[in-house]
Amino acid sequence: MLRFLVRRILFGAVVLWLVATAVFAMYFIAPHDVARTLAGRQASAETVAAIRHNLGLDRPLLVQYGSFLWKALHGNLGYSYTNSQPVTTLIGQGLPVTASLVAGGAILWLVIGVSTGVLASTHPRSVMDRSATAFSLFFYSMPTFLLGEVLLLVLFFRLHLSGIDWFPGAGYVALTENPMEWARHLLLPWLTIALVTAATYVRLTRGSMLDVLGEDYIRTARAKGLSRRRVIYRHGLRAALTPVVTQFGIDVGTLLGGAIVTENVFGLPGLGELVMTALSKQDLPTIIGLVLLASAFVVVANLVVDILYSVLDARVRLS
Amino acid sequence: MSLLEVEDLQVSFSTPDGILRAVRGMSFSVEQGETLGIVGESGSGKSVSTQSIVGLTEGARVSGQARFEGRDLLTMGDRGLRRIRGAEIGMIFQDPLSSLHPHYRVGWQIVEMIRAHEPVSKKQARLRAIELLGLVGIPAPESRVHDYPHQFSGGMRQRAMIAMALALNPKLLIADEPTTALDVTVQAQIITLIKRLQQEFGTAVIMITHDLGVIADIADRVVVMYAGKPMEYADKRTLYHQPHHPYTEGLIGSLPQTGGRGRPLKSIPGMPPSMVQVPRGCAFHPRCGYVMDRCLDAEPPIREVHGGIDHRSACWLPPEAVGRRTDDSALAAQSARRHGGDAVIEPASAAQESTPA
Repeated sequence: MLRFLVRRILFGAVVLWLVATAVFAMYFIAPHDVARTLAGRQASAETVAAIRHNLGLDRPLLVQYGSFLWKALHGNLGYSYTNSQPVTTLIGQGLPVTASLVAGGAILWLVIGVSTGVLASTHPRSVMDRSATAFSLFFYSMPTFLLGEVLLLVLFFRLHLSGIDWFPGAGYVALTENPMEWARHLLLPWLTIALVTAATYVRLTRGSMLDVLGEDYIRTARAKGLSRRRVIYRHGLRAALTPVVTQFGIDVGTLLGGAIVTENVFGLPGLGELVMTALSKQDLPTIIGLVLLASAFVVVANLVVDILYSVLDARVRLS
Repeated sequence: MSLLEVEDLQVSFSTPDGILRAVRGMSFSVEQGETLGIVGESGSGKSVSTQSIVGLTEGARVSGQARFEGRDLLTMGDRGLRRIRGAEIGMIFQDPLSSLHPHYRVGWQIVEMIRAHEPVSKKQARLRAIELLGLVGIPAPESRVHDYPHQFSGGMRQRAMIAMALALNPKLLIADEPTTALDVTVQAQIITLIKRLQQEFGTAVIMITHDLGVIADIADRVVVMYAGKPMEYADKRTLYHQPHHPYTEGLIGSLPQTGGRGRPLKSIPGMPPSMVQVPRGCAFHPRCGYVMDRCLDAEPPIREVHGGIDHRSACWLPPEAVGRRTDDSALAAQSARRHGGDAVIEPASAAQESTPA
């Protein structure tokens, strides 16, 4: 177990290093001049040079790369080109927003997806099953921004016009500030992210459950005289969860790096918004910082999934 | 009153190819403490018959009667059946690895079985599980109870299944090909174990198998099934020495024989029929060596034949045409192979079964 962890963490570090290097290289290969952009159109050549010097962009590329790596190793991701704030501070501001969005959405889509999937699988080819399929295909094929806008149109705009202000149109309130307002502001984003993602879980759970329910040990469970409920959940779902857990880990890991579209539609100041701004302003330190964070989430999510696997299934050994 | 009386059981499934009639009128009875063997090829409806009477075939249309101590299992509904399954009718299946839940410990699975039917504490149930594992010959049961099924060998898994099936001292044990997936030597141990427990607890057993050697070891009476129907009923001795039905004869004839080196194994020509389109007349006629004109369009009824007491067969051959060939050496060979030359292997030898590393 310990050896497994050490190896995976080292492997994760290598992945992060490769990702950082790739982003770094791409940034300098792409034709642009961040100092000129920052200086503005009217600036003299001296001003641009001064900015370039201040940002350290006039140093040789290898020196810049080396200094970046050295600082990153010490937990310093540099300072934003645009507002001179430490990148770690920016991340610290955006992460709670994204984490709130993903946590609530994940719980919602897991509950919707898995329960619908179980219902569909226990009544195969029934009306229930077919409507579950239709439901999941409908939301699966719907672009996130469209669903978000539709929800806003109906649940915010229309209700607002009728004088009902249940859902705010945009913004974020910290959980620590006011939990009720926090949930109220996140409800529509949660619903958006959950409905779009739940489809995958409906199909995954249904397929996995249908496989498992045909297994011999389900016949044994029924032969033992257990209740149908216990056979389906304790014996069936327990075994069918393994692929669901994998998908869940990957989805959560990916989204934590920034749910760009959802955050954009609902005006949430999360990591996704930060990414968009940093990209448009060519803000290299922020971009690298965010990409590194996103990769770290994926690496950690995979590690957690593997550990969960061994907890769920005694036949899986970590090695 | 018999313990279990099944009358004219019909089981069918709808498939994309049409109605599949898996069982087409099966009748049998089991008395307290006796062993009934049900023999037949794969797909002859042996397993479906027994699983449908306890409600384990989902999506099947079942008709007929199945009275367990006078109560009709087919009409009592799922709630009633659940109380009988496990508690009064125990079941073991062909593949003990896939029949145990891979994610739960063996002990947990036995405890679950006990607590599903009896209001005992977890601790009491666990003690009972350990006792049961010891009873079926699993060494060091107090530590093995914490193992997962994959940590058991094939024979030990089937022993665990037997321990679970017998946990609540059921009146009837349905053993559905319990030895098919096991090594020959382990097969003998499992059969011996079932016999020993049966004597100890007075459990009646339905032994479903395609292996006539297993029947020779354990059964009192035998039903031969073909294409979803009973073909012949006889006590074991009559069945082997004076079979009436050509299908039974074919099954016995296809056993390997001692001294048969160099001679090809006899087999029954052809394939079992599709249960969606069963042949007209006698279902066995396309493969039968004695086929007559009337076999082609008239289905022979089950009637008394002259082999032994309560010997019945569904064949147009004259009732006295029993035992057309008797070759005991095949049977003896089968039994000897199973027991490694000895008559009986002590159950204690379970300890020799090694655990996979």
